Amino acid sequence: MIRSLWISKTGLEAQQTQMDVISNNLANVSTSGFKKSRAVFEDLLYQTLRQPGAQSSQQTQLPSGMQIGTGVKPVATERIFTQGNLQQTSNNTDIAINGSGFYQVLMPDGTTQYTRDGSFQINSTGQLVTSSGYTVQPPITIPANAQTVTVAADGVVSVTLPNTVAQTQVGQIQLATFINPAGLSAKGENLYAETAASGTPNPSNPGANGTGVLVQGFIETSNVNVVEEMVNMIQTQRAYEINSKAITTSDQMLQRLAQLGG
Amino acid sequence: MDRVIYTAMTGAQHILDQQATNSNNLANVSTTGFKAQIDSFLSVPIKGGSLDTRSFVVNASGGTDFSPGAIKQTGRTLDLAIEGKGWFSVQRPDGTEGLTRNGSFKISENGILQTAGGRNVLGGGGPITIPPNVNISIGADGTISSVDPAVSGGPSTPIDIIKLSNPDEKSLVRGDDGLFKSVSGAGYVADPTVKVVNGALEDSNVSVIHSMVNMISLARSFDIQMQLMKNAENSDQHAAQLFNLS
Repeated sequence: MIRSLWISKTGLEAQQTQMDVISNNLANVSTSGFKKSRAVFEDLLYQTLRQPGAQSSQQTQLPSGMQIGTGVKPVATERIFTQGNLQQTSNNTDIAINGSGFYQVLMPDGTTQYTRDGSFQINSTGQLVTSSGYTVQPPITIPANAQTVTVAADGVVSVTLPNTVAQTQVGQIQLATFINPAGLSAKGENLYAETAASGTPNPSNPGANGTGVLVQGFIETSNVNVVEEMVNMIQTQRAYEINSKAITTSDQMLQRLAQLGG
Repeated sequence: MDRVIYTAMTGAQHILDQQATNSNNLANVSTTGFKAQIDSFLSVPIKGGSLDTRSFVVNASGGTDFSPGAIKQTGRTLDLAIEGKGWFSVQRPDGTEGLTRNGSFKISENGILQTAGGRNVLGGGGPITIPPNVNISIGADGTISSVDPAVSGGPSTPIDIIKLSNPDEKSLVRGDDGLFKSVSGAGYVADPTVKVVNGALEDSNVSVIHSMVNMISLARSFDIQMQLMKNAENSDQHAAQLFNLS
């Protein structure tokens, strides 16, 4: 049928994708360690229907060509790893990362995944785990009789045992960085998995190699900016309306055509 | 049948094509760095015979509106917007250089600076490689430099400079992949006067008002062509009745 119907359809789809991304960002506005996404669009291929200088009839030539676009496509939903705000909780197993590193988490299937969510807990065997119960790597075991737990900026976890003055080190949290964190694949539960696009993880101690430092007693809030999302939502809604109007108009034109000879 | 029907037909046909271009502009109303397509109709007189009584119409949608789009702050390090005139150079799959205004870049798994669609961004001498584990910053002239996070306040190391050029817009045409290229096929020369804004993106320059009005106007013109065809049919019918002997 006519091109503009299908072109407008790509516009509607793109705005729909944008809306889905915005809704997901807004839904996660209070998920700790959440990183917002953004839909990225590119124009689709162009069709050159006529080259400039082609014959329009046997006697006439076209002084200019004709090129018709075919619409828009979403090329990526890009995750934006900007730092979220650090919010004080005073809970000593809440550890925020101030920098670009990720915690490494051992999954039940033996693979390692990565998270920015540092609201940890201690499980029945004394291990430091995420809220979903996955063990933080390298494993850190807090003795059952520990009086206080201190996490230093460089990841060293130390505890005070009863009747001792000196602190006892029980391990060091490590952080992983990626060449291209935007290439990580989100797995839900605040977890990310390594992909070919993200590059391999480079584990190092917090504070070294650009991993960032740890802050105990804080959680990193979602980096979703509600105002920005609301403005984007308004813009998306209007763009959707405009594209659906283009479909209506194309439809009316077709209707006129169909009435011919009736 | 009266030949006016063919004149009306070319009108209707090319209005449909222009409606497609207009819809393409509307579909790309939120595409970063998009430049609107400009439509124009062209009258093509039919030569031959005794008198040039008729002109067909032809759609010529080759033009581009190069006016800048609004600059939108994003705060992301790898988002760049060009202030005023100028272009980023990216590599096509066949190795040739294409121009774009879309500065939403990313770093690939091999550390190469790429567009969101996966094309390599060109620097001083080909694609730009960003070393791992560094904080990068991009200056107003496109210079990418790394700051080693281990050395606080330490000196920054320049990595490369993003190629920014400013060829004459009259010589630019849109390629079928949406990237611009020069008609003459000449290379693009880096222009140090082109400035970029870091942490911002250029919005599409499609004017929604203009496109909506254009859409209505095209739809109404289409109605007129349909009416003309109807008239041609009526005249034909009447002529047939006139000569009806029975």
